[in-house]
Amino acid sequence: MEYVTSLLSLALIASAIRVTMPILLAALGAVYSERGGVINIGLEGIMIMGTFFGAVGDYVFARQYPALVAAIPDLAPAAGVLAAMLAGMAFALIHALVTITFRVDQIISGVALNLLAVGLARFLNILFFGVATQSPGVSGFTPVDIPILEGIPVLGPIATGISPMILVALLLVLIGHWTLLRTRFGLRLRGVGEHPRAADTLGINVYGMRYAGVLISGALAGMAGAYLAIEQAHLYFEGMTQGRGFIALAAMIFGNWWPLGALGASALFGYFDALSLRVVVLPVPSQFINVLPHIVSILVLAGFVRRAQPPAADGVPYTKEEE
Amino acid sequence: MHPVLIELKGITKRFPGVVANDYIDLTVLRGEIHAIVGENGAGKSTLMRILYGLYQPDEGSIEVNGSPVVIDSPRKALQLGIGMVHQHFMLIPRFTVAENVILGSEPAGALGRLRRKEAEQRVRELCRQYGFALDPAAEVSMLSVGEQQRVEIIKVLYRGADVLILDEPTAVLVPQEVDELFANLRRLREQGKTIIFISHMLDEVLEISDRITVLRRGRVVGTVPAAGTTKSQLAEMMVGRPVLLELEHPPVTPGEVRLEAREVTVAGRGGRPVVSRLSLAVRAGEIYGIAGVEGNGQTELVEALVGLRPVTSGRILIEGHDVANASARAIRLLGAAHIPEDRHRRGLVLPMAVWENVVLGHHSRPQFLDGAFVDRKAIESFANERVEKFDIRLSNIDVPALALSGGNQQKVIVAREFSFNPKVLIAAQPTRGLDIGATEFVERQLLEARSNGMAVLLISANLEEVLSLSDRIGVMCSGELVAEFRRGEATPQELGLYMTGTRRAGATSP
Ligand SMILES: Nc1ncnc2c1ncn2[C@@H]1O[C@H](COP(=O)(O)OP(=O)(O)O)[C@@H](O)[C@H]1O
Ligand SMILES: [Mg+2]
Repeated sequence: MEYVTSLLSLALIASAIRVTMPILLAALGAVYSERGGVINIGLEGIMIMGTFFGAVGDYVFARQYPALVAAIPDLAPAAGVLAAMLAGMAFALIHALVTITFRVDQIISGVALNLLAVGLARFLNILFFGVATQSPGVSGFTPVDIPILEGIPVLGPIATGISPMILVALLLVLIGHWTLLRTRFGLRLRGVGEHPRAADTLGINVYGMRYAGVLISGALAGMAGAYLAIEQAHLYFEGMTQGRGFIALAAMIFGNWWPLGALGASALFGYFDALSLRVVVLPVPSQFINVLPHIVSILVLAGFVRRAQPPAADGVPYTKEEE
Repeated sequence: MHPVLIELKGITKRFPGVVANDYIDLTVLRGEIHAIVGENGAGKSTLMRILYGLYQPDEGSIEVNGSPVVIDSPRKALQLGIGMVHQHFMLIPRFTVAENVILGSEPAGALGRLRRKEAEQRVRELCRQYGFALDPAAEVSMLSVGEQQRVEIIKVLYRGADVLILDEPTAVLVPQEVDELFANLRRLREQGKTIIFISHMLDEVLEISDRITVLRRGRVVGTVPAAGTTKSQLAEMMVGRPVLLELEHPPVTPGEVRLEAREVTVAGRGGRPVVSRLSLAVRAGEIYGIAGVEGNGQTELVEALVGLRPVTSGRILIEGHDVANASARAIRLLGAAHIPEDRHRRGLVLPMAVWENVVLGHHSRPQFLDGAFVDRKAIESFANERVEKFDIRLSNIDVPALALSGGNQQKVIVAREFSFNPKVLIAAQPTRGLDIGATEFVERQLLEARSNGMAVLLISANLEEVLSLSDRIGVMCSGELVAEFRRGEATPQELGLYMTGTRRAGATSP
């Protein structure tokens, strides 16, 4: 009984929401990329860039403009998020260039990006901070309370003192879902991911749409990294993404390539992630708990994959020339 | 208004090694249905792609409404009112009809919000105007092929085209759908649209068009009015020599049952049966034709019969031996030959030389072996003999199969499969993609094999072919044999009803 209550405790849920965010943001990014037909397995690497540049942006801004930051403290983390998103897009641009323009295998390019990111982050960290694996501490956003929810007894603790990035992320999910389902951009992006030749014959710029999808995924995965560094750890350290970029891919698949689906899936994975961070009372070795999120994602995907409906041209490079 | 809507002058288009269009002149009049006919590779699609802006001509000019134009993209073609319905549909199965139609020119409001209702309304109006039966909110994956084609046509009309180019629109349709397409095309003509219709089915061309232009090897042979032109005249223009349109089908008394399927059930992807409890029997000296819309289990049935796909239940007998779930090799050794549907994947090893391909599967016969090694001399002399007998055009037998044209590749397969006196031949789509000449050749071989007492199971999407070659015809629909006829018993229309599942009947016994 004690286990059960601890499994549903508010603290655990609050923690689950927090650890869900980076998975969610990256999964949302993956949705954009794959809806356009480009598998972005480099998400993990982009996230690593996001963690590093998030910390750097935050740190550098606070150093450069101490007066401004003293007046408005949130500016420093905002600069970090912006830097992370730009770095994510720059990294994603490499993926786009290599896979869309030069039609290199998308998996290979993604794997290469992941390897590159690890080395690059370490190299840049030495350059910036003189040490290999960790940045100085950085400040996060001022926590906010959600006005209506905070009054409700049970939800109160969850709705107070939360990161504004959580609210932004949830908003982005809703916007993403609406965009894909209800807008011209969404229809075209999905069209390009389903049947690029058909879209092409209708005058849609297939390459342009695919670039857009990949760049958005870069921005969002960068933001996911920034969240980890700025809001969770308050610093960058090597390996802090812990494969969440891959879990995000799993969440995207389990969410059937839809933002709201990705939200549900990310929450599930986030919950187990939180469990792995917190559980001390369960009568099992901690190593087992640590691999739990990954095992859950494998099990869930193994059961789900047969019913998954990926975009028909997902992962297939497009050549403009006929036949 | 100018009576001449489109004028192509001296259009020439070269691809490496071929002149696809060789100084082509073509005049299309406003409000006519103009057919373009020609064998495969005659250059029809290339010419139309030039007109639609997908290719640029190397030489020549285009006039629309009397003024010279440069059509450098489909967008430009559409601006000039020229739209194309592609040979292979360009539809997104998971989108609705309306979404497919509007994609690329969507009615949208603030923030790019799609105006769905408006889109569906506009599609509905177009359907009403031209008498097309379509539900704008239906998902395209749920539509029949004929309906999908209507979506393609609506797509073009939605973009304001006055000229519709249809590239081999009937190749994918069953007879009823062809009738409906023609009714739609006539209605479009009544409303002032101009239609360019591409085909190599001469009956159809004569039925629907006002004027006909014949292409052969990239050149215009001539343009004739449909009225007063006969099928054999057209065939001769197309091929360049007189063609026998009806092959002789001499009476043959069928012998014993050679190939039999008893209640055969085959599972497809995901375990659902794609062939259900199907029974048929093919006798020596008989061609048994299977008609059906593609994707109704024919492919899986053939694969099961030749040992390439497991049978869930039921028995397959070749001369009385049960070969259900036997290996392809064992089945071959019993004397079953197979002309596969996908000649590139299953019929040939493309990078291997013709002499190797001609003996594939027979290479371990004693006559081709010299101890443990293949006897290259023996194989080569065999290959040369086959090449001669089957009139395979090639520079020498050392060229890889991939260097041959489609017709000659098919002849290599036919030459191989007709070797060593097979008792049973399973021929899947044996003339697909072949031109009239090569088709005639393959069909002749099938008839000859029948006269020599072979049992032939013919699976073809070409209904005319099934009707003209078969002694008996079975119709497959949703994995079942829904009807069986003797030669001459059924019309194409009737077969079409069974093919589309509109009608069902108990099978007659042989
Ligand atoms: N994109 C291409 N590249 C090279 N050769 C081509 C291409 N398109 C067509 N051809 C060649 O041009 C000739 C005419 O082809 P096509 O116009 O498709 O004929 P049809 O539509 O009458 O069957 C054929 O020999 C074909 O192989
Ligand atoms: Mg063609």
